[in-house]
Amino acid sequence: MESNLEKLSPRKVTVRIGGAAGDGIASVAESLAKACSRSGLYAFAYNSYQSVIRGGHIYMQIRIGGKKVWSQGDFTDFLIALNADTVQRHAKDVTPGGAVIYNKEKIKVDPSTLKAGVTDAGIPSSTIAAKFGKSPVMQNTVALGALCHFINFPFSSIEEVLVSTFARKGDAVVQANVGAAKAGYEFAKENFKLVHFSWEFSDTKRMFMTGNQAIALGALAGGCKFFSAYPMTPASGILHWMAPKGPKYGIVVKQCEDEIAAMNMAVGAGQVGARAMTATSGGGFSLMTEAVGLAAMLETPVVVFNVMRGGPSTGLPTKTEQGDLFQVLGASQGDYPKIIVAPATVEDAFYLTAEAFNLAEIYQCPVLMVSDLLLSEHYETIEDLDFSKVKIDRGQIVSGPTDGKYLRYKITPNGISPRALPGTEGTIYVSGSDEHDEDGTLISDVFTDPVKRKAMMEKRMRKMDTALKSIPAPELFGSKDADLTLIGWGSSYYVIRDAMRSLEKEGIHVNHLHIRYIWPFPAEAFTKMFKSCKNTLIIESNYTGQMERFIRQETGISIPNHLRKYDGEPFGPAEVIQKVKEILSQKQVPELVTR
Amino acid sequence: MPETLDITKYKSNVAPDWCPGCGDFGVLVSLQKACAQLEINPKDVMVVSGIGCSSNLPGFFGSYGMHTLHGRGVAIAQGVKLGNPDLTVIATGGDGDGYGIGIGHFIHAMRRNINITYIVMNNQIYGLTTGQASPTTLFGVQTKSTPEGSIEVPINPIELALVSGATFIARGFSGSQEQLSDLMAKAIQHKGFALLDIFSPCVTYNKVNTYPWFRERVYSLQEESHDVNNWEAAMKIARSPDNRVPTGIFYKTINPTYESLDAGLKFGPPAKQRLGLKSEEAQVLINSFK
Repeated sequence: MESNLEKLSPRKVTVRIGGAAGDGIASVAESLAKACSRSGLYAFAYNSYQSVIRGGHIYMQIRIGGKKVWSQGDFTDFLIALNADTVQRHAKDVTPGGAVIYNKEKIKVDPSTLKAGVTDAGIPSSTIAAKFGKSPVMQNTVALGALCHFINFPFSSIEEVLVSTFARKGDAVVQANVGAAKAGYEFAKENFKLVHFSWEFSDTKRMFMTGNQAIALGALAGGCKFFSAYPMTPASGILHWMAPKGPKYGIVVKQCEDEIAAMNMAVGAGQVGARAMTATSGGGFSLMTEAVGLAAMLETPVVVFNVMRGGPSTGLPTKTEQGDLFQVLGASQGDYPKIIVAPATVEDAFYLTAEAFNLAEIYQCPVLMVSDLLLSEHYETIEDLDFSKVKIDRGQIVSGPTDGKYLRYKITPNGISPRALPGTEGTIYVSGSDEHDEDGTLISDVFTDPVKRKAMMEKRMRKMDTALKSIPAPELFGSKDADLTLIGWGSSYYVIRDAMRSLEKEGIHVNHLHIRYIWPFPAEAFTKMFKSCKNTLIIESNYTGQMERFIRQETGISIPNHLRKYDGEPFGPAEVIQKVKEILSQKQVPELVTR
Repeated sequence: MPETLDITKYKSNVAPDWCPGCGDFGVLVSLQKACAQLEINPKDVMVVSGIGCSSNLPGFFGSYGMHTLHGRGVAIAQGVKLGNPDLTVIATGGDGDGYGIGIGHFIHAMRRNINITYIVMNNQIYGLTTGQASPTTLFGVQTKSTPEGSIEVPINPIELALVSGATFIARGFSGSQEQLSDLMAKAIQHKGFALLDIFSPCVTYNKVNTYPWFRERVYSLQEESHDVNNWEAAMKIARSPDNRVPTGIFYKTINPTYESLDAGLKFGPPAKQRLGLKSEEAQVLINSFK
């Protein structure tokens, strides 16, 4: 790593909190990040965890800044170690100028393992915490208080968050937590020098949420009235947020016996006119795929989320990857119309999920949404979401027969057949999973009618030509004449934006081309944009370069450089910066893709 | 039941293409009669099927219908009911569809007590795939896939329904149409999950469980003063040996339906609600993340 990147910046700090599952790391991290979001700062928190409920090693990394923070960052400035294992794993990497904060009554730190300039901040946390309660989690609160001193945060901002977090548990718990944090803060103040961060605090309270929460909120705003799911990491957060909202907003939230049921129930609800969604990860999506094709055949609106994790098989249940693109593109047998969208950010997750319900109803087909663990589970400070941008467009719904006999699958120039919802008088029809005629009559049995089959297939597929006319083009961020264009999809948006900002500071000009709408692919727009780029690098979290191959399939374009990752961890900006510098410093030798 | 029931409006314009003599004809007509008897408006009925010979039924029935995936009819029917509880939802299918590939959905639908009627045309064979053993094929019966005779104990759907929480459990025989349409009417009227298992002989592939085979064995529980509220008695009959085939209502009880317990439905059918949030509602949600 380049040394000039590794020093404390006065307006940005990265904190890593590590321990075992069950230590209460998430609540410490959330309190800190929330305090930032409520005082005008920005935070980005990534949870690196394991598929264990107790034990193992997990950590949460929070990056805090006065300007929008785009990623969890590469380096740790401050480490809160809740166990010895965390010290061993992470203490050696703490940036000079930072500190390792730990309970010196439980953990030993060998100072020689720390980099020069790193403060060995052992705190008698057990003794301090004991004054405020028996719970071992209280030691975390002590450490959080101490951290506030180091990073020059006013204690009041943490206090406010602790008060609101514990309010529902009663006054005694609030007082104990505030007391423990304050004692930690005072101890650090007396014993350690603070670091001169210059924060510009303000009264601006911003939203702080995960991608999964944004997906669920987008669904709520977009009129989702039926949500079915089977628990699966990292998609379960959507179910958790939706479940208590059901009774409040009139949404049926159904945990099902499996993903097959979740998807099929959503199709049933969608068929009768309830805006329906289901969410899962790749394994569950595998089980759903047959019914994805069913929705396409019945022309039933339904929204399906695949929140990707490391595959194949059970793979990396708690780690991030973008390895399911081909799975989503190839879901279910046969050719059928579908729309595939990959939100890039938390804000996107909100707006595009709401929009997905419109697309599903306008084009009467499944809308497959692709997220990943990083996007879905990281926490981020964002500007207020604008609900007035959410429009409800239910597509063509008829309230009775119009001219003569109602034909559910009427052949039309744009492929869209006006939909009558079951319960409507005079429009009775049967929707068939077998190939059927315009009125729904099956044409598969006894004698398959080749002429009708062809006409019906073309009618359905014509919806994709229609959709393509209004599918937004990929977006280009940054200056048009950059030396290198970084191409991304989904959550790689974050690391690209982060790296771009650092590179600009170094006088290296890159821009960012981002793909959100994947199917039908806006190939013409992409090709036009690509041709204006001097050089390109595609960044995605998978082994085979699925988006890169997909772009080649759809456009014939071979992107000359790629950066791929499949170790389960999200990209850090340093990896991108290094790759960009490599490309720009070398004479370009186009790579031959062999895998 | 009066002879003059007009079933025309429960007929579609598609003629059934089952084999001549298929038991499913009797099931279809009985269902049409039951709906006519109950005077249900066809626009308020949704018949959902899976895949198989019997699952073609929605196409021949004059209401809204869905012909879906093998084994998934019951899952979809539940989505339909929860999406719009105002609809009368009838799931139809065969023994392979419901007791084989779809058995998971069947069990869970019963324990939820969702208010749907599930009509299984049980012919103890896979007909549409030309004669392999089904989950209800009797032990020892030879089929294309069990040339030495089936070596598996068949599923007993009545027993399964009794232990799974179904609140209306009955069996019919497509050769006894009058009883059958009466059972269907009662099943549809029942508030909760109603299973109606119907022996519907396959005249092409099942040469064992034929019309004569059933006619020699069927009897009506209602003619033998069976107490339909007695779960233990129902279980005892369900487990009785095969020399007699009990039909009629085995068991019924009243339990709260899933829909009546789901607070998400308190504002009415999801399909009929106003969509979109008011700006005050939006502001509350925004603030909840601060």
